[in-house]
Amino acid sequence: MTLKTKLFATTSALLIASTGALYADGHATHPVTGETLASDQTFTYRDLDESPSIDPGIAEDSAGGDILRDLFEGLYNQDATGNLVPGVALSHDVSEDGMTYTFNLRDNAKWSNGDTVTAGDFEYAWKRAASPELASPYSWFIELMALENASEVIAGDVDPSELGVTAIDDTTLEVRLTQPLPYFPQMLTHFTTFPVHQATVEEFGSDWTKPGNMVSNGAYVLTEHVPQEKLVRERNEMYWDNENTIIETVTSLVINDENVALTRYLAGELDRTDVPAGQFPRLAAEYPDQAVSVPLSCSYYYLFNLRDNAPEEIQNADVRKALSLAIDRDIIVDNVLAGGQKAAYTFTHWATAGFETPDIPMASMTQAERNAMAVELMEGAGYGPDNPLEIDLVYNTSESHKSVAVAISQMWKQTLGVETTLANQEWQTFLEARSNGDFEVARGGWCADYNEASTFLDLMQSDSGYNDSKYVNAEVDELLAAAKTSDNAQANYDRVEEIVAEETPIIPIYHYASVKMFAEDLEGWPFENFQQNWYSKDLYKIAE
Amino acid sequence: MLSFVVRRLAVAIPTLLILVVLSFILMYAAPGGPFNSERPLPPEVLANIEAKYGLDQPFWKQIINYVVSVVTQFDFGPSFQYKDRSVNDVIAQGFPVTLTYGFWSFVVAVTVGMSLGIAAAIKQNSWLDYLAVGVSIGAQVLPNFVMAPILLLVFTLWLGWLPGGGWNGGQWQFLIMPVIALSTSYMASIARITRSSMLEVLNTNFIRTARAKGLPMRRVIWRHAMKPTILPVLSYLGPAFVGMITGSVIIDVFFSTGGIGQFFVNSAFNRDYSVIMGITILVGTLTILFNLLVDILYAWIDPKIRY
Repeated sequence: MTLKTKLFATTSALLIASTGALYADGHATHPVTGETLASDQTFTYRDLDESPSIDPGIAEDSAGGDILRDLFEGLYNQDATGNLVPGVALSHDVSEDGMTYTFNLRDNAKWSNGDTVTAGDFEYAWKRAASPELASPYSWFIELMALENASEVIAGDVDPSELGVTAIDDTTLEVRLTQPLPYFPQMLTHFTTFPVHQATVEEFGSDWTKPGNMVSNGAYVLTEHVPQEKLVRERNEMYWDNENTIIETVTSLVINDENVALTRYLAGELDRTDVPAGQFPRLAAEYPDQAVSVPLSCSYYYLFNLRDNAPEEIQNADVRKALSLAIDRDIIVDNVLAGGQKAAYTFTHWATAGFETPDIPMASMTQAERNAMAVELMEGAGYGPDNPLEIDLVYNTSESHKSVAVAISQMWKQTLGVETTLANQEWQTFLEARSNGDFEVARGGWCADYNEASTFLDLMQSDSGYNDSKYVNAEVDELLAAAKTSDNAQANYDRVEEIVAEETPIIPIYHYASVKMFAEDLEGWPFENFQQNWYSKDLYKIAE
Repeated sequence: MLSFVVRRLAVAIPTLLILVVLSFILMYAAPGGPFNSERPLPPEVLANIEAKYGLDQPFWKQIINYVVSVVTQFDFGPSFQYKDRSVNDVIAQGFPVTLTYGFWSFVVAVTVGMSLGIAAAIKQNSWLDYLAVGVSIGAQVLPNFVMAPILLLVFTLWLGWLPGGGWNGGQWQFLIMPVIALSTSYMASIARITRSSMLEVLNTNFIRTARAKGLPMRRVIWRHAMKPTILPVLSYLGPAFVGMITGSVIIDVFFSTGGIGQFFVNSAFNRDYSVIMGITILVGTLTILFNLLVDILYAWIDPKIRY
């Protein structure tokens, strides 16, 4: 496999680089770049909230994922640009039909208690994650990986031991899929696939994730965890690549309020924090080397209710398209959000791997042309100044969603004379209303589960559980089903995006960016990694 | 007295039961549930989770199971949101934090508040009075969500004297800002109540008599005026103390103290049923206990009161 050669090349490059690493003039230098390292190698960053779980099988949020990528190591890791690099697996082979993967594991990977990490640890972890007994909210990820019997195991029809993963021996792991998935190896950097130490889990039960109990195989070990305050992890001496780890201690602090977090960042207590909404232009001007905006794999959109209970006017595709055309997305991203977000005319995020944004006609028009077309469509549908369209727009309570909604309702009003009633709802209430179809237009946000366009477009499938519009189009369903096994999925994705732009079950508004402050002495951050999957072991601090 | 205490405690049990049942009903009546998210779970995954947490049982059975496990084993169940932890874990970690900064806030609020109030009353209409009234009004109109960021700006960012947040096991540096932010508005109320109560007492006949027989002012204040002055303050202090030790979400959010206030509010947003119930019961129990304590103190201070 080409992947195998590439992985090998990366590993040897690292090995060669690390030999020239050590001390020069009494100061440690970075093995690759030669920069002088700071004597204090601690990394402290802000998390918005306490993660629901730090058990790899149960964890469900991205902040928990950041912690877990430090504490555990899966089959593969990502490098600074998001490419796969060896983790516990050195390489893999794929069968002819693309449905059986055989992973070759390194024999020098150790748990923090000294035990060897084996293929059996992965087998145990995956079967555990899928088991109804653990009842993990992320068990669906095992299903998404298309593992043999995954759905049956989760539904409780088949014993977890029947799941399509087997340790052939200590360093060989065989995985059987129900369909070929070209992006399967990409999914193996996700925390649900990380190994867990069976003896520890069995000894401590749900307390196994507490400091002192937890045995892990990543570059760091958990040393302190005070929920809602902080989580501290320190270098794992047993980690196979420990000699290349530079950061000694990583601390995540839970700071709910982003302005407080910014104050503490400016006071020097944090090395990384989030830029509060609307403050990016000011901070970028004041701290040009610290304020950074990078694409984040999420799309912001409005969705129409297309169920039978929805009002007749929004069942009309022309009306929906007119509403989409009349939104000046540049104003939203440049003036309302001002954080490096990009105007969206496709649902799939522009930076998604292997995805070329198709030429949606609307995207290349000027706003004046879009407005003219919108007015025309609206008039054709029988709405105008004398007979204005009235619609309800609902979003979940948040200042930023409110600013976007206010701006859009103004645009609709000015261009099309539409009377919009805005309503905000508390999160849980909002989710329930949206999934029950109790809305006309609602706000939506979707983040990629893996770096491939189908993670977005599958929402347009008529039987998708996440299709809250209840949009149904047989051609879209066919195109997406065919894309799973196609060599040229891009053509299918282009066509789906075109149909979606034409029929407008949703209005893509913008593609997210992650806006953050990074301490000047912190280096090695993978800005080019679209999913922002970072590993503390790759970071370092340079001397001032 | 003893029979009064026993009677009050006997009433407390049905009160708590009503609290539990009402909270349970309100909680379930709210839209959404603990396992809803932007990305709805596939039905079979949701079924597994609901089975694990007993949410597949009929509503009445859930209440009974809950009450039985709380009463017999003192077990408040697992947290639905923080899946590695039980409600007992959450309370065991968060409550001592809140208790610590709440207790110190109480001490500060009472000592400073009462001193200000007494000083203002004794020197009524002097500069001291105006100063005390000014300070207490100022403290009252500066709510803690304004106070907290100001403190942060001054002591952390500009002066660099104090850490901007965290708890660190309750080290004093980490306590100062939370205590100031939490105690000021209580302090202001205590100062105002003390001042008006003291003024009223100083104008009564028995104080005039005491002064007429030539007692020094200091003695009049401490021996005679103090006890009746304290009574209205005391009825305020009971609920205030419970309010402080059961936490403030503002303090926890701004100073990342990890106290129970934040868990309480988050649990409501997350529909973390078991944590909502656990903390509701904790706060309910404390409120009942401290109201009882205040009533006992009343009788002790004021011989006119008999139970």
